[in-house]
Amino acid sequence: MVILETTHLTRTVDEKTLVNDISIQVERGETLSIVGPSGAGKSSFLRLLNRLDEPTSGTVLLDGADYKTLPSGELRRRVGMVLQSPYLFPGTVAENLRFGPRQHGKTLPEDRLRHLLRQVGLESYAERDIARLSGGEAQRVSLARTLANSPEVLLLDEPTSALDRTAEAEVESLLGEIIAAEGLTCLIITHNPEQAVRLSRRSMLLEAGKLVKIGPVEEVVHA
Amino acid sequence: MLNEFFKDQLWLGVFQAVVTVVLALVVTLVGRWWKIHLEKEVVIALVRGIVQIVIVALVLVALLKGPELVAIPVLLGMIITASFVSGRRVKGVAGSIWVSFYGIGFGAGLVILLMVLAGVIDPALTSVIPVGSMLIANSMNTCAQALERFASDVKAHTGQVEAGLALGAAPAEIVTPYSQLAVHSSLIPRIDQLSSLGIVWIPGLMSGMLVAGTDPVYAAIYQFSVITMMFASSGLTSVVAVLLVQRRVFSPAQQLLLRPGAPTAPSKKDRAA
Repeated sequence: MVILETTHLTRTVDEKTLVNDISIQVERGETLSIVGPSGAGKSSFLRLLNRLDEPTSGTVLLDGADYKTLPSGELRRRVGMVLQSPYLFPGTVAENLRFGPRQHGKTLPEDRLRHLLRQVGLESYAERDIARLSGGEAQRVSLARTLANSPEVLLLDEPTSALDRTAEAEVESLLGEIIAAEGLTCLIITHNPEQAVRLSRRSMLLEAGKLVKIGPVEEVVHA
Repeated sequence: MLNEFFKDQLWLGVFQAVVTVVLALVVTLVGRWWKIHLEKEVVIALVRGIVQIVIVALVLVALLKGPELVAIPVLLGMIITASFVSGRRVKGVAGSIWVSFYGIGFGAGLVILLMVLAGVIDPALTSVIPVGSMLIANSMNTCAQALERFASDVKAHTGQVEAGLALGAAPAEIVTPYSQLAVHSSLIPRIDQLSSLGIVWIPGLMSGMLVAGTDPVYAAIYQFSVITMMFASSGLTSVVAVLLVQRRVFSPAQQLLLRPGAPTAPSKKDRAA
């Protein structure tokens, strides 16, 4: 069953087309990797999916509904995003996790908070100040913070690219476990073909803003 | 000493202006030696400054003979000009001149109106125009400082702002810390003005009143009142301008429009989103 669909999605800035007429469908529960060279429009495409940027034309359907009909806050709760860098808010790890639900008038229950921290391997970190986290820990908090909103679709913009090799392997392994355990629908940008193979069954290749190929991950990344 | 040399006051003024211009140019050349290129800006500002102030003096002489209501268009003209000066300082924010106009108009305009009604500012043109211009000028500087600080902080924290948006937060909530800092930092010079009054700084208004033979204690207290009004008008201006600009850096679809490297003005499509 399709949960996310883009129809002729296009974004042009200063006469430069960053995303060019992309139409795809994503099934509920699947992980789709997005690959392509630098400047191919991968991040620009992902930012359109939770409307951090505005499409010049085309739109996105979330569960069949045009996302422009949804309030931005509600859309972004349902389509969560983990950015390349964690960009945590000043304060403790727990305060960062409570931030998202608070925006929607909810309180993150303590058992859910503990569950999320356990999922990202940071059980004892709730009261730790974010200034005392390593890069890998910060990215794991960023992932837990997004999951605290209980998104239906998870967008991951090269979540391991700013980490060292050890932290990259840890975060990737956690991602795989969490996506499988939660049955999340996930779109992940990666510059690493092997990571794409490990995390997804289907992949899309972008070049110069255009969708060049979409299909089984092995066929796309080793084309 | 110079009074003996220059019998005509006009030539005395010209001489004094030439000396100060030479001093300003020397400072500019020192900057140039240090690769700080202000030459063009300084020359334009010097020429504009002398032309404007002389024209205004001549216009004021004519206006001061008119009815008190003349103050309204004169002060409005000053607010409009101040809005352009302040608004143009902020790059990348669509409508920053309007934001400045509403901020300065509300801050300085309201304080002038209330203080005239309360009898603190004499409605006579010789009083309301010079005091009003001081309030407007201070509001203009505060407005420019607040808007610049807000815009630069948002640009410097694009990641945090977008992380908040991606979690579904309302734009106003995310930028509140930057708004508070912008208002606070823009008011520091006004607070310094108050605290250094009389010790580091004896303002021209008080000096003029003393020369005109006003009771020194009254002149001092009135000067204090004027500086306090400057703080009030600047504070109101800063709060209104920052509250308004908060909304302008986001599209209606809650997308951040002010980003480093972004076009100086967002596209119509993005602004309308």
